[in-house]
Amino acid sequence: MQTLRIGAGAGYSGDRLEPAIELARDGQLDYLIFECLAERTIALAQQARLADPVAGYDPLLGARMRGVLPYVRQPGRRRLRIISNMGAANPQAAAQHVLAIARELGLSGLKVAAVEGDDVLEVLRAHPEWTLDNGSSVGALGQRMVSANAYLGVEGILQALAEDADVVITGRVADPSLFLAPQVHAFGWAEDDWLRRGRGTLTGHLLECAGQVSGGYFADPGLKEVPDLARLGFPLAEIDPDGIARISKVAGSGGRIDVATCTEQLLYEVHDPSRYLTPDVTADFSAVAFELLGPDQVLASGAQGQSRPERLKVTVGYRDGWIGEGQMSYGGPNAVARARLAGQVVEQRLALTGVAVQELRCELMGVDSLHGSTFGAAAEPWEVRLRVAGRCATREAAQALANEVETLYTNGPAGGGGATRQVREVLAVASVLLPRELAVPRVHLEVCP
Amino acid sequence: MIIRLQQLAHTRTGDKGDTSNISLIAYRPEDFAVLEREVTAQKVADWFAHLRDADAQPVQRHVLAQLHALNFVLPGLLRGGVTRSLALDAHGKCLGAALLRMEIQQ
Repeated sequence: MQTLRIGAGAGYSGDRLEPAIELARDGQLDYLIFECLAERTIALAQQARLADPVAGYDPLLGARMRGVLPYVRQPGRRRLRIISNMGAANPQAAAQHVLAIARELGLSGLKVAAVEGDDVLEVLRAHPEWTLDNGSSVGALGQRMVSANAYLGVEGILQALAEDADVVITGRVADPSLFLAPQVHAFGWAEDDWLRRGRGTLTGHLLECAGQVSGGYFADPGLKEVPDLARLGFPLAEIDPDGIARISKVAGSGGRIDVATCTEQLLYEVHDPSRYLTPDVTADFSAVAFELLGPDQVLASGAQGQSRPERLKVTVGYRDGWIGEGQMSYGGPNAVARARLAGQVVEQRLALTGVAVQELRCELMGVDSLHGSTFGAAAEPWEVRLRVAGRCATREAAQALANEVETLYTNGPAGGGGATRQVREVLAVASVLLPRELAVPRVHLEVCP
Repeated sequence: MIIRLQQLAHTRTGDKGDTSNISLIAYRPEDFAVLEREVTAQKVADWFAHLRDADAQPVQRHVLAQLHALNFVLPGLLRGGVTRSLALDAHGKCLGAALLRMEIQQ
Protein backbone atom coordinates (compact mmCIF):
# COMPACT_ATOMS: atom_id res chain seq x y z
CA MET A 1 0.00 0.00 0.00
CA GLN A 2 1.33 3.38 -0.93
CA THR A 3 0.38 6.76 0.48
CA LEU A 4 -3.17 7.30 1.69
CA ARG A 5 -4.75 10.69 1.04
CA ILE A 6 -7.45 11.91 3.44
CA GLY A 7 -9.12 15.31 3.36
CA ALA A 8 -11.27 17.21 5.85
CA GLY A 9 -14.51 18.49 4.33
CA ALA A 10 -16.05 20.16 7.38
CA GLY A 11 -14.99 21.20 10.86
CA TYR A 12 -18.49 21.73 12.16
CA SER A 13 -22.10 21.33 11.10
CA GLY A 14 -22.51 24.71 9.42
CA ASP A 15 -19.10 24.83 7.74
CA ARG A 16 -18.44 26.13 4.22
CA LEU A 17 -19.28 23.83 1.31
CA GLU A 18 -16.99 24.85 -1.53
CA PRO A 19 -13.65 24.00 0.14
CA ALA A 20 -14.97 20.42 0.49
CA ILE A 21 -15.96 20.33 -3.17
CA GLU A 22 -12.53 21.72 -4.08
CA LEU A 23 -10.91 18.87 -2.13
CA ALA A 24 -13.14 16.24 -3.76
CA ARG A 25 -12.40 17.61 -7.22
CA ASP A 26 -8.72 18.48 -6.99
CA GLY A 27 -7.34 16.72 -3.89
CA GLN A 28 -6.80 13.28 -5.49
CA LEU A 29 -8.22 11.92 -2.26
CA ASP A 30 -8.95 8.38 -1.14
CA TYR A 31 -11.24 9.64 1.63
CA LEU A 32 -13.09 12.85 2.40
CA ILE A 33 -14.25 13.18 6.01
CA PHE A 34 -16.97 15.52 7.27
CA GLU A 35 -16.91 16.10 11.05
CA CYS A 36 -20.18 17.83 11.91
CA LEU A 37 -21.24 16.82 15.41
CA ALA A 38 -20.60 19.18 18.34
CA GLU A 39 -21.39 18.15 21.92
CA ARG A 40 -24.95 19.42 21.92
CA THR A 41 -25.82 18.84 18.24
CA ILE A 42 -27.02 15.30 18.82
CA ALA A 43 -29.39 16.38 21.62
CA LEU A 44 -30.97 18.92 19.27
CA ALA A 45 -31.15 16.28 16.53
CA GLN A 46 -32.78 13.81 18.91
CA GLN A 47 -35.51 16.35 19.62
CA ALA A 48 -36.03 16.86 15.89
CA ARG A 49 -36.33 13.09 15.44
CA LEU A 50 -38.96 12.86 18.19
CA ALA A 51 -41.04 15.38 16.26
CA ASP A 52 -40.43 13.68 12.88
CA PRO A 53 -39.15 10.07 12.58
CA VAL A 54 -37.23 10.76 9.35
CA ALA A 55 -35.50 13.88 10.74
CA GLY A 56 -32.61 14.18 13.18
CA TYR A 57 -29.59 14.35 10.91
CA ASP A 58 -27.42 17.18 9.62
CA PRO A 59 -29.41 19.81 7.69
CA LEU A 60 -26.54 20.30 5.22
CA LEU A 61 -26.18 16.58 4.42
CA GLY A 62 -28.04 16.92 1.13
CA ALA A 63 -26.13 19.98 -0.03
CA ARG A 64 -22.78 18.38 0.84
CA MET A 65 -23.61 15.11 -0.91
CA ARG A 66 -24.83 16.85 -4.05
CA GLY A 67 -21.49 18.68 -4.08
CA VAL A 68 -19.14 15.72 -3.64
CA LEU A 69 -20.94 12.55 -4.83
CA PRO A 70 -20.21 13.39 -8.49
CA TYR A 71 -16.53 12.66 -7.68
CA VAL A 72 -17.20 9.27 -6.02
CA ARG A 73 -16.55 6.12 -8.09
CA GLN A 74 -16.08 8.01 -11.35
CA PRO A 75 -14.22 6.15 -14.12
CA GLY A 76 -10.76 7.56 -14.69
CA ARG A 77 -10.57 9.12 -11.21
CA ARG A 78 -8.96 7.82 -8.04
CA ARG A 79 -11.62 6.08 -5.93
CA LEU A 80 -13.04 8.55 -3.41
CA ARG A 81 -14.98 7.41 -0.34
CA ILE A 82 -16.90 9.59 2.10
CA ILE A 83 -17.10 9.21 5.89
CA SER A 84 -19.19 11.51 8.09
CA ASN A 85 -20.96 11.73 11.42
CA MET A 86 -23.73 13.77 9.78
CA GLY A 87 -26.13 10.96 10.72
CA ALA A 88 -26.39 12.60 14.15
CA ALA A 89 -29.46 11.11 15.87
CA ASN A 90 -30.69 9.26 12.77
CA PRO A 91 -27.95 7.65 10.63
CA GLN A 92 -30.40 5.35 8.82
CA ALA A 93 -32.61 8.22 7.65
CA ALA A 94 -29.48 10.14 6.63
CA ALA A 95 -28.26 7.13 4.62
CA GLN A 96 -31.65 6.95 2.87
CA HIS A 97 -31.30 10.62 1.96
CA VAL A 98 -27.85 9.93 0.48
CA LEU A 99 -29.26 7.00 -1.51
CA ALA A 100 -32.06 9.20 -2.87
CA ILE A 101 -29.52 11.78 -4.05
CA ALA A 102 -27.38 9.01 -5.55
CA ARG A 103 -30.40 7.80 -7.56
CA GLU A 104 -31.02 11.33 -8.81
CA LEU A 105 -27.39 11.56 -9.90
CA GLY A 106 -27.53 8.17 -11.61
CA LEU A 107 -24.92 6.59 -9.32
CA SER A 108 -26.18 3.03 -9.67
CA GLY A 109 -24.18 0.60 -7.53
CA LEU A 110 -23.13 3.21 -4.95
CA LYS A 111 -22.92 1.58 -1.52
CA VAL A 112 -24.11 3.59 1.46
CA ALA A 113 -23.65 2.37 5.04
CA ALA A 114 -25.25 3.64 8.23
CA VAL A 115 -23.36 3.03 11.49
CA GLU A 116 -25.52 2.99 14.61
CA GLY A 117 -25.13 1.73 18.14
CA ASP A 118 -24.03 4.97 19.79
CA ASP A 119 -27.52 5.73 21.13
CA VAL A 120 -27.50 4.37 24.69
CA LEU A 121 -30.44 6.31 26.07
CA GLU A 122 -32.27 3.11 27.05
CA VAL A 123 -29.14 1.75 28.75
CA LEU A 124 -28.94 4.88 30.89
CA ARG A 125 -32.64 4.83 31.69
CA ALA A 126 -32.05 1.34 33.09
CA HIS A 127 -29.33 2.69 35.38
CA PRO A 128 -30.79 5.69 37.24
CA GLU A 129 -28.15 5.20 39.95
CA TRP A 130 -25.21 6.09 37.67
CA THR A 131 -23.50 9.37 38.53
CA LEU A 132 -22.75 12.02 35.92
CA ASP A 133 -19.63 14.19 35.85
CA ASN A 134 -21.66 17.14 37.17
CA GLY A 135 -22.49 15.20 40.32
CA SER A 136 -26.13 14.57 39.42
CA SER A 137 -27.49 11.05 39.03
CA VAL A 138 -29.04 9.83 35.79
CA GLY A 139 -32.30 9.29 37.64
CA ALA A 140 -32.42 12.88 38.87
CA LEU A 141 -32.61 14.10 35.25
CA GLY A 142 -35.82 12.11 34.76
CA GLN A 143 -37.82 13.17 31.73
CA ARG A 144 -35.46 16.10 31.12
CA MET A 145 -32.90 13.65 29.66
CA VAL A 146 -33.32 13.76 25.86
CA SER A 147 -30.27 11.95 24.54
CA ALA A 148 -27.35 9.76 25.56
CA ASN A 149 -24.75 8.87 22.96
CA ALA A 150 -21.52 6.98 23.41
CA TYR A 151 -18.40 8.09 21.57
CA LEU A 152 -17.76 5.03 19.39
CA GLY A 153 -14.34 4.27 17.93
CA VAL A 154 -13.28 2.93 14.56
CA GLU A 155 -15.02 -0.47 14.70
CA GLY A 156 -18.31 0.31 12.95
CA ILE A 157 -16.64 2.33 10.20
CA LEU A 158 -14.10 -0.48 9.68
CA GLN A 159 -16.92 -2.96 9.18
CA ALA A 160 -18.62 -0.64 6.67
CA LEU A 161 -15.36 -0.15 4.74
CA ALA A 162 -14.76 -3.91 4.73
CA GLU A 163 -18.20 -4.26 3.13
CA ASP A 164 -16.94 -1.88 0.44
CA ALA A 165 -19.12 1.12 1.39
CA ASP A 166 -18.57 4.25 -0.70
CA VAL A 167 -20.32 6.47 1.83
CA VAL A 168 -20.32 5.81 5.58
CA ILE A 169 -22.77 7.80 7.71
CA THR A 170 -22.45 7.54 11.48
CA GLY A 171 -23.99 8.98 14.59
CA ARG A 172 -21.67 9.80 17.49
CA VAL A 173 -18.15 8.65 16.74
CA ALA A 174 -15.10 10.28 18.31
CA ASP A 175 -13.90 12.97 15.91
CA PRO A 176 -10.37 11.58 15.31
CA SER A 177 -11.80 8.07 14.88
CA LEU A 178 -13.50 9.23 11.67
CA PHE A 179 -9.98 9.81 10.31
CA LEU A 180 -8.25 6.87 12.01
CA ALA A 181 -10.67 4.29 10.60
CA PRO A 182 -9.64 4.62 6.93
CA GLN A 183 -5.98 4.44 7.97
CA VAL A 184 -6.54 1.23 9.94
CA HIS A 185 -8.55 -0.16 7.03
CA ALA A 186 -5.97 0.75 4.38
CA PHE A 187 -2.85 -0.28 6.27
CA GLY A 188 -4.22 -3.20 8.30
CA TRP A 189 -2.92 -1.93 11.64
CA ALA A 190 -3.58 -4.34 14.49
CA GLU A 191 -6.11 -3.49 17.17
CA ASP A 192 -3.28 -3.16 19.72
CA ASP A 193 -0.86 -1.31 17.44
CA TRP A 194 -0.96 1.63 19.85
CA LEU A 195 1.98 3.43 18.26
CA ARG A 196 0.39 3.64 14.80
CA ARG A 197 -3.05 4.30 16.23
CA GLY A 198 -1.49 7.16 18.20
CA ARG A 199 0.05 8.54 15.00
CA GLY A 200 -3.19 8.12 13.06
CA THR A 201 -5.06 9.88 15.86
CA LEU A 202 -2.65 12.81 15.66
CA THR A 203 -3.48 13.15 11.96
CA GLY A 204 -7.17 12.94 12.76
CA HIS A 205 -6.88 15.53 15.51
CA LEU A 206 -5.02 17.94 13.22
CA LEU A 207 -7.64 17.56 10.45
CA GLU A 208 -10.88 17.27 12.40
CA CYS A 209 -11.53 21.02 12.60
CA ALA A 210 -10.85 21.40 8.87
CA GLY A 211 -9.87 25.05 8.23
CA GLN A 212 -8.46 25.53 11.72
CA VAL A 213 -5.16 23.91 10.69
CA SER A 214 -4.94 25.68 7.33
CA GLY A 215 -5.21 29.31 8.44
CA GLY A 216 -8.64 29.60 10.01
CA TYR A 217 -8.99 30.87 13.63
CA PHE A 218 -5.45 32.20 13.25
CA ALA A 219 -5.09 35.55 11.48
CA ASP A 220 -4.13 38.60 13.54
CA PRO A 221 -3.39 41.51 11.20
CA GLY A 222 0.16 42.78 11.49
CA LEU A 223 1.18 39.79 13.61
CA LYS A 224 -0.08 36.63 11.95
CA GLU A 225 -1.05 37.14 8.32
CA VAL A 226 -3.10 34.60 6.37
CA PRO A 227 -3.34 35.00 2.60
CA ASP A 228 -6.71 34.86 0.87
CA LEU A 229 -8.75 33.98 3.96
CA ALA A 230 -12.01 34.22 2.01
CA ARG A 231 -10.87 31.27 -0.10
CA LEU A 232 -9.46 29.25 2.79
CA GLY A 233 -8.54 25.77 1.61
CA PHE A 234 -9.39 22.78 3.80
CA PRO A 235 -6.52 20.44 4.72
CA LEU A 236 -5.53 17.04 3.47
CA ALA A 237 -3.02 14.52 4.79
CA GLU A 238 -0.76 12.23 2.81
CA ILE A 239 -0.10 9.32 5.14
CA ASP A 240 2.50 6.57 4.85
CA PRO A 241 1.87 2.97 6.00
CA ASP A 242 3.50 3.72 9.38
CA GLY A 243 1.10 6.60 10.01
CA ILE A 244 3.47 9.52 9.43
CA ALA A 245 1.53 12.31 7.76
CA ARG A 246 2.26 15.30 5.60
CA ILE A 247 -0.38 18.01 6.04
CA SER A 248 -1.12 20.20 3.02
CA LYS A 249 -3.97 21.66 0.98
CA VAL A 250 -5.01 22.01 -2.64
CA ALA A 251 -2.59 24.22 -4.59
CA GLY A 252 -4.05 27.63 -5.33
CA SER A 253 -6.49 27.65 -2.40
CA GLY A 254 -6.28 30.35 0.27
CA GLY A 255 -4.93 29.97 3.77
CA ARG A 256 -1.65 28.94 5.33
CA ILE A 257 -0.20 25.71 6.69
CA ASP A 258 3.05 25.92 8.63
CA VAL A 259 4.53 24.98 11.99
CA ALA A 260 2.61 27.79 13.74
CA THR A 261 -0.84 26.79 12.45
CA CYS A 262 -0.14 23.13 13.18
CA THR A 263 1.10 23.86 16.71
CA GLU A 264 -2.01 25.89 17.53
CA GLN A 265 -4.27 23.11 16.27
CA LEU A 266 -2.25 20.37 17.99
CA LEU A 267 -3.13 21.88 21.37
CA TYR A 268 -6.69 22.88 20.50
CA GLU A 269 -9.08 21.31 23.03
CA VAL A 270 -6.24 19.20 24.42
CA HIS A 271 -5.55 19.06 28.14
CA ASP A 272 -2.63 16.79 29.06
CA PRO A 273 -0.90 16.26 25.69
CA SER A 274 0.59 12.97 26.89
CA ARG A 275 -2.88 11.52 27.50
CA TYR A 276 -5.31 12.34 24.71
CA LEU A 277 -8.10 9.86 25.25
CA THR A 278 -10.10 8.42 22.36
CA PRO A 279 -12.08 5.17 22.14
CA ASP A 280 -9.25 3.71 20.04
CA VAL A 281 -6.07 4.64 21.86
CA THR A 282 -4.58 6.81 24.58
CA ALA A 283 -2.62 9.04 22.24
CA ASP A 284 0.53 10.81 23.40
CA PHE A 285 1.22 14.12 21.64
CA SER A 286 3.86 15.30 24.11
CA ALA A 287 6.79 14.70 21.72
CA VAL A 288 5.10 15.74 18.49
CA ALA A 289 7.28 17.76 16.14
CA PHE A 290 6.46 19.65 12.96
CA GLU A 291 8.77 20.28 10.02
CA LEU A 292 8.02 22.66 7.18
CA LEU A 293 8.75 20.72 3.98
CA GLY A 294 7.71 23.41 1.53
CA PRO A 295 5.02 26.02 1.03
CA ASP A 296 1.92 24.90 2.94
CA GLN A 297 3.39 21.45 3.58
CA VAL A 298 4.17 20.23 7.08
CA LEU A 299 5.45 16.85 8.26
CA ALA A 300 3.86 15.78 11.57
CA SER A 301 5.78 13.18 13.56
CA GLY A 302 6.51 12.04 17.09
CA ALA A 303 3.06 10.91 18.21
CA GLN A 304 2.87 7.77 20.30
CA GLY A 305 0.17 5.76 21.97
CA GLN A 306 -0.76 3.47 24.82
CA SER A 307 -3.68 1.12 25.32
CA ARG A 308 -7.15 2.47 24.83
CA PRO A 309 -9.47 3.35 27.74
CA GLU A 310 -11.61 0.55 29.10
CA ARG A 311 -14.76 2.66 29.10
CA LEU A 312 -16.45 4.92 26.56
CA LYS A 313 -17.48 8.50 27.21
CA VAL A 314 -21.22 9.11 26.90
CA THR A 315 -22.62 12.58 26.37
CA VAL A 316 -26.01 13.06 27.99
CA GLY A 317 -28.23 15.87 26.72
CA TYR A 318 -30.90 17.27 29.05
CA ARG A 319 -33.33 20.17 29.11
CA ASP A 320 -32.14 22.75 31.59
CA GLY A 321 -34.55 25.69 31.60
CA TRP A 322 -34.59 28.76 29.41
CA ILE A 323 -32.33 31.70 28.64
CA GLY A 324 -33.85 35.10 27.94
CA GLU A 325 -31.66 37.82 26.51
CA GLY A 326 -32.07 41.42 25.43
CA GLN A 327 -29.63 43.93 23.96
CA MET A 328 -29.69 47.71 23.44
CA SER A 329 -27.05 50.06 22.04
CA TYR A 330 -25.88 53.45 23.36
CA GLY A 331 -23.50 55.81 21.58
CA GLY A 332 -21.81 59.15 21.83
CA PRO A 333 -20.54 61.06 24.86
CA ASN A 334 -21.35 59.34 28.18
CA ALA A 335 -22.57 56.20 26.41
CA VAL A 336 -21.06 53.89 29.02
CA ALA A 337 -22.80 55.64 31.91
CA ARG A 338 -26.16 55.58 30.16
CA ALA A 339 -25.77 51.89 29.32
CA ARG A 340 -24.78 51.07 32.92
CA LEU A 341 -27.85 52.92 34.15
CA ALA A 342 -29.99 50.97 31.68
CA GLY A 343 -28.65 47.71 33.05
CA GLN A 344 -29.44 48.76 36.62
CA VAL A 345 -32.98 49.65 35.55
CA VAL A 346 -33.51 46.20 34.03
CA GLU A 347 -32.24 44.49 37.19
CA GLN A 348 -34.59 46.59 39.35
CA ARG A 349 -37.52 45.95 37.02
CA LEU A 350 -37.01 42.19 37.20
CA ALA A 351 -37.22 42.42 41.00
CA LEU A 352 -40.21 44.82 40.96
CA THR A 353 -42.23 42.68 38.55
CA GLY A 354 -41.34 39.37 40.20
CA VAL A 355 -39.59 37.69 37.29
CA ALA A 356 -37.83 34.62 38.68
CA VAL A 357 -34.25 34.59 37.39
CA GLN A 358 -31.80 31.96 38.63
CA GLU A 359 -28.66 33.57 37.26
CA LEU A 360 -28.23 36.96 35.59
CA ARG A 361 -25.50 38.59 33.51
CA CYS A 362 -25.55 42.29 32.81
CA GLU A 363 -22.65 43.54 30.72
CA LEU A 364 -21.54 46.01 28.09
CA MET A 365 -20.41 44.73 24.72
CA GLY A 366 -17.45 46.91 23.87
CA VAL A 367 -16.27 46.98 27.48
CA ASP A 368 -16.56 43.80 29.54
CA SER A 369 -18.83 41.19 27.90
CA LEU A 370 -16.06 38.86 26.75
CA HIS A 371 -13.52 38.99 29.56
CA GLY A 372 -15.39 40.47 32.52
CA SER A 373 -12.60 43.03 32.69
CA THR A 374 -10.59 45.24 30.40
CA PHE A 375 -7.30 44.23 32.05
CA GLY A 376 -6.46 47.88 32.50
CA ALA A 377 -6.83 48.70 28.81
CA ALA A 378 -10.04 50.72 29.08
CA ALA A 379 -10.58 53.81 27.03
CA GLU A 380 -14.08 55.28 26.75
CA PRO A 381 -15.59 53.63 23.66
CA TRP A 382 -17.73 55.68 21.28
CA GLU A 383 -20.51 53.10 21.39
CA VAL A 384 -21.47 50.20 23.64
CA ARG A 385 -24.19 47.58 23.65
CA LEU A 386 -25.94 46.57 26.84
CA ARG A 387 -26.52 42.84 27.08
CA VAL A 388 -28.70 41.30 29.78
CA ALA A 389 -29.01 37.51 29.83
CA GLY A 390 -30.72 35.40 32.48
CA ARG A 391 -31.44 31.76 33.22
CA CYS A 392 -35.07 31.03 34.04
CA ALA A 393 -37.10 27.93 34.80
CA THR A 394 -39.85 28.89 32.37
CA ARG A 395 -40.14 30.29 28.87
CA GLU A 396 -42.48 32.99 30.18
CA ALA A 397 -39.93 34.33 32.64
CA ALA A 398 -37.21 34.31 29.97
CA GLN A 399 -39.50 36.23 27.63
CA ALA A 400 -40.32 38.74 30.36
CA LEU A 401 -36.61 39.36 30.91
CA ALA A 402 -36.01 39.98 27.22
CA ASN A 403 -39.01 42.31 27.09
CA GLU A 404 -37.68 44.40 29.96
CA VAL A 405 -34.63 45.32 27.89
CA GLU A 406 -36.81 46.36 24.96
CA THR A 407 -38.95 48.63 27.16
CA LEU A 408 -35.82 50.73 27.71
CA TYR A 409 -36.67 52.36 24.36
CA THR A 410 -39.31 54.60 25.92
CA ASN A 411 -38.62 54.12 29.62
CA GLY A 412 -34.86 53.96 29.93
CA PRO A 413 -31.92 56.36 29.64
CA ALA A 414 -31.50 58.73 26.70
CA GLY A 415 -30.53 57.50 23.28
CA GLY A 416 -30.97 53.73 23.46
CA GLY A 417 -31.43 52.07 20.07
CA GLY A 418 -31.40 48.81 18.16
CA ALA A 419 -33.04 46.54 20.72
CA THR A 420 -33.07 42.80 20.10
CA ARG A 421 -34.67 40.01 22.09
CA GLN A 422 -34.02 36.29 22.17
CA VAL A 423 -35.47 33.36 24.11
CA ARG A 424 -34.06 29.86 23.83
CA GLU A 425 -34.38 26.54 25.62
CA VAL A 426 -31.18 25.27 27.19
CA LEU A 427 -30.04 21.80 26.16
CA ALA A 428 -27.20 21.17 28.53
CA VAL A 429 -24.81 18.22 28.41
CA ALA A 430 -23.14 16.10 31.03
CA SER A 431 -21.09 12.93 30.65
CA VAL A 432 -20.76 9.48 32.13
CA LEU A 433 -18.40 6.57 31.42
CA LEU A 434 -19.86 3.36 30.01
CA PRO A 435 -18.45 -0.19 29.76
CA ARG A 436 -17.53 -0.76 26.12
CA GLU A 437 -19.71 -3.82 25.64
CA LEU A 438 -22.86 -1.74 26.22
CA ALA A 439 -22.37 0.30 23.04
CA VAL A 440 -21.83 -2.06 20.12
CA PRO A 441 -21.81 -0.61 16.59
CA ARG A 442 -24.32 -1.90 14.04
CA VAL A 443 -23.81 -1.45 10.30
CA HIS A 444 -26.60 -1.35 7.73
CA LEU A 445 -25.47 -1.19 4.09
CA GLU A 446 -27.63 -0.56 1.04
CA VAL A 447 -26.74 -0.37 -2.64
CA CYS A 448 -28.15 2.31 -4.91
CA PRO A 449 -30.31 0.52 -7.52
CA MET B 1 12.48 45.42 30.39
CA ILE B 2 8.73 44.96 30.73
CA ILE B 3 6.96 43.74 27.60
CA ARG B 4 3.57 42.31 26.76
CA LEU B 5 3.09 38.67 25.77
CA GLN B 6 1.61 39.85 22.48
CA GLN B 7 5.12 40.78 21.37
CA LEU B 8 6.49 37.26 21.87
CA ALA B 9 3.70 34.77 21.46
CA HIS B 10 0.37 33.77 19.95
CA THR B 11 -2.49 31.81 21.48
CA ARG B 12 -5.37 29.51 20.60
CA THR B 13 -8.23 28.70 22.94
CA GLY B 14 -10.30 25.53 23.11
CA ASP B 15 -13.08 24.31 25.39
CA LYS B 16 -14.19 20.97 26.79
CA GLY B 17 -17.17 21.17 29.11
CA ASP B 18 -16.45 23.74 31.80
CA THR B 19 -12.69 23.74 31.16
CA SER B 20 -10.83 26.09 28.86
CA ASN B 21 -7.38 25.43 27.45
CA ILE B 22 -5.15 28.17 26.14
CA SER B 23 -1.98 27.42 24.24
CA LEU B 24 0.78 30.02 24.29
CA ILE B 25 3.30 29.62 21.48
CA ALA B 26 6.49 31.63 20.98
CA TYR B 27 6.89 33.23 17.57
CA ARG B 28 10.64 32.70 17.84
CA PRO B 29 12.19 29.64 19.51
CA GLU B 30 14.72 31.84 21.34
CA ASP B 31 11.92 33.56 23.27
CA PHE B 32 10.51 30.33 24.69
CA ALA B 33 12.77 30.35 27.77
CA VAL B 34 11.30 33.71 28.79
CA LEU B 35 7.76 32.37 28.44
CA GLU B 36 8.60 29.26 30.41
CA ARG B 37 10.15 31.33 33.20
CA GLU B 38 7.60 34.15 33.38
CA VAL B 39 4.21 32.66 32.50
CA THR B 40 3.59 30.28 35.36
CA ALA B 41 0.37 28.41 36.05
CA GLN B 42 -0.15 30.63 39.10
CA LYS B 43 0.25 33.82 37.08
CA VAL B 44 -2.31 32.64 34.54
CA ALA B 45 -4.68 31.57 37.33
CA ASP B 46 -4.37 35.05 38.87
CA TRP B 47 -4.89 36.74 35.49
CA PHE B 48 -8.26 35.02 35.01
CA ALA B 49 -9.19 34.83 38.71
CA HIS B 50 -12.23 37.11 38.29
CA LEU B 51 -13.71 34.67 35.74
CA ARG B 52 -13.07 31.39 37.54
CA ASP B 53 -15.36 29.55 39.95
CA ALA B 54 -14.26 29.98 43.56
CA ASP B 55 -13.93 26.20 44.00
CA ALA B 56 -12.30 25.54 40.62
CA GLN B 57 -9.53 22.95 40.33
CA PRO B 58 -6.01 24.39 39.96
CA VAL B 59 -4.69 25.66 36.63
CA GLN B 60 -2.33 23.17 34.99
CA ARG B 61 0.57 24.04 32.70
CA HIS B 62 1.99 21.55 30.20
CA VAL B 63 5.34 22.28 28.55
CA LEU B 64 6.09 21.30 24.93
CA ALA B 65 9.62 22.60 24.56
CA GLN B 66 10.18 21.17 21.06
CA LEU B 67 7.23 23.25 19.84
CA HIS B 68 8.19 26.22 22.05
CA ALA B 69 4.67 26.04 23.43
CA LEU B 70 2.91 26.05 26.79
CA ASN B 71 -0.58 24.62 27.24
CA PHE B 72 -2.66 26.02 30.10
CA VAL B 73 -5.71 24.10 31.31
CA LEU B 74 -8.18 26.22 33.28
CA PRO B 75 -11.09 24.39 34.92
CA GLY B 76 -14.15 26.30 36.10
CA LEU B 77 -13.71 29.18 33.69
CA LEU B 78 -16.70 28.74 31.41
CA ARG B 79 -19.77 29.17 33.62
CA GLY B 80 -20.91 25.61 33.00
CA GLY B 81 -19.64 25.32 29.44
CA VAL B 82 -20.92 26.17 26.00
CA THR B 83 -24.24 24.37 26.25
CA ARG B 84 -25.30 26.11 29.47
CA SER B 85 -23.42 29.36 29.90
CA LEU B 86 -25.08 32.79 29.77
CA ALA B 87 -21.90 34.24 28.30
CA LEU B 88 -21.87 35.91 24.90
CA ASP B 89 -18.74 33.92 24.02
CA ALA B 90 -19.89 30.70 25.64
CA HIS B 91 -16.97 28.71 24.19
CA GLY B 92 -14.52 31.18 25.65
CA LYS B 93 -12.82 31.43 22.24
CA CYS B 94 -11.81 35.04 22.92
CA LEU B 95 -9.98 34.26 26.17
CA GLY B 96 -6.54 33.59 24.72
CA ALA B 97 -6.40 37.10 23.28
CA ALA B 98 -6.80 38.53 26.80
CA LEU B 99 -3.74 36.62 27.96
CA LEU B 100 -1.63 38.45 25.37
CA ARG B 101 -1.95 41.68 27.37
CA MET B 102 -0.08 40.15 30.31
CA GLU B 103 3.14 42.00 31.13
CA ILE B 104 6.32 40.03 31.72
CA GLN B 105 9.97 40.74 32.42
CA GLN B 106 11.99 40.00 29.33
